Amino acid sequence: MTTKSLTIAGAPRRRKFPWPTFGRAVGLTAVVVTFVAPLAWMLLASFKTNVDIYDSSKMFAFLPTLDNYGTVFGQANYGAYIWNSFFVAFVATVLSLVLAVPAAYSMSRFVMGRSAMVVLLARIIPGVSLLVPWYFVFSQMRLVGSFAVLILSMMFVSLPLILYIMMSYFDSMPEELEEAAQVDGLTPIGAFLRITLPLSMPGVATAGILSFIFAWNNFMFALVLSGASTKTLPVAIFDFVGYASIDWGGLMAAAVIVTLPIMVIALFTQKYIVSGLTAGATKG
Amino acid sequence: MSQVAHGDVGAWEKTSRWVNRRRKWVFAAPAMIFVALLLVFPVVWTLYLSFTNSKGSVRAPFDFTGFENYFTVLTDTERFWPAVGRTAYFTGGALVFEVILGIAIALLLWKPFKGERLVRVAILLPLVATPVAVGMMWRLIFEPNIGFANEFLSWFGIPAQPWLSSPDTALSTLVFVDVWQWTPMVTLIILAGLTALPEEPDEAARVDGANWWQRLWYVTLPLLAPTITAAVVLRGIDALKTFDILYATKGKGGGSFHEVETLNIYAYGLSFDYNRYGQASTVLILFFLMIIGLIWILSLRKKAANK
Repeated sequence: MTTKSLTIAGAPRRRKFPWPTFGRAVGLTAVVVTFVAPLAWMLLASFKTNVDIYDSSKMFAFLPTLDNYGTVFGQANYGAYIWNSFFVAFVATVLSLVLAVPAAYSMSRFVMGRSAMVVLLARIIPGVSLLVPWYFVFSQMRLVGSFAVLILSMMFVSLPLILYIMMSYFDSMPEELEEAAQVDGLTPIGAFLRITLPLSMPGVATAGILSFIFAWNNFMFALVLSGASTKTLPVAIFDFVGYASIDWGGLMAAAVIVTLPIMVIALFTQKYIVSGLTAGATKG
Repeated sequence: MSQVAHGDVGAWEKTSRWVNRRRKWVFAAPAMIFVALLLVFPVVWTLYLSFTNSKGSVRAPFDFTGFENYFTVLTDTERFWPAVGRTAYFTGGALVFEVILGIAIALLLWKPFKGERLVRVAILLPLVATPVAVGMMWRLIFEPNIGFANEFLSWFGIPAQPWLSSPDTALSTLVFVDVWQWTPMVTLIILAGLTALPEEPDEAARVDGANWWQRLWYVTLPLLAPTITAAVVLRGIDALKTFDILYATKGKGGGSFHEVETLNIYAYGLSFDYNRYGQASTVLILFFLMIIGLIWILSLRKKAANK
């Protein structure tokens, strides 16, 4: 009765509360908080002294300090490790691209299913089962701890990944352009180099970025195969974990330094990363 | 002079023609040789070592011992079988939560909304973060005395939990960490699948009066089944082989009571902490057979689903 009279009185009709929209907004907020809050906590702790980290009253209100970053770059010599990580990931990515992009083209155009399977096996096999024989061979050659071996092992992470992404990229590229170029007098390889390759640069970028990230993040191969002077960041982070105690502030600063470059790259190349991670997965 | 130059051109053209005719293998061979050297040789070598008593130094001589290692490992109820159980628990737990939450978040993100970019960046961050650093980060958050997790629980009057420090809860806590880091991966794959779906079936169901839940359960999810299977296979393979977060939070041997020692951690410990290469190789071969077996079962199911 009352609602009816209100409507008649010319008041705006009461709209139903938009529960679906509201629920969705709550859900999305929860998603963002869940995924970002722990990272924010790590960042926050990296600006705290160890005394403040142990003080629960200073959870959010504390006097920020750069001491931890001082330790990381000074005592812990992180400048060198950042360079090692960058060098290894970069060289491994470039070499893998040179090897894998033509191979992916060949496997896509000539449908070499069985050969592709062998390479994709590399994604399935547990890394430890490769490390034992590698360690056997490389320690005989006294190469354990060298950049060469480290780069070789990272290429093993990068190459199958690049091959996988580029194969699904070439699969989706029409062949007509290459054929037209060959009619116009280019050799098949010329058509690949001058037509197909320039056109597939977005795919190459995707594969390259992901390969760099995976090589940068790789821990197990570096743990066994790196030496004191070739140590990469994921291994160096353990310098802050002692037998008796942990330097939490330094550890968090080190963790920030490992992850921050990758996250900055991810922010700027978001589209590429997403297309690379989902490559081939939706073909069924 | 000109004749030499002419000869050069001829040779160049000949080579060029040869290379072009065989480009299939010229392109593929370098990558395949690289992989063969670094993959096939190690697999064969691991298989060989699994039948020997190689241990100690990599230069030490060793003997062929037949199936002795297999017997030792398969009857080992102290380290091997518990490790199999933990691997299954970790992978199964992580997969269930990651697939359910991954699909749920993908559905939340499916239709366009304000602030879409921000949410997409937020779910990408855990995915690209260095796993070892992620392990260290959660190690601080789950620290029983100073960590944020127990502080958070205390706001709701829930007593402090031991998290990673107790053998009873450590593995489950690590399942949570894995779910945190890799659910976005499932979300991204499912989202790509959702965007590729045809709109007609959904529309038809809507016209027929199906509600939101019915359309999701009877139309969208069945159409999405191949994508979900792909996500399960990809994530499952990686979850089985998880190493970084386990090692970063619990160290060698999966903690003092081996409470998070999965097959991968066990094989690593046998190889590089105990230097028992023969036995480690046996564990690895068995582990590898289990992975292949699981993939085979999944692909059979996929084939059955396609029919």
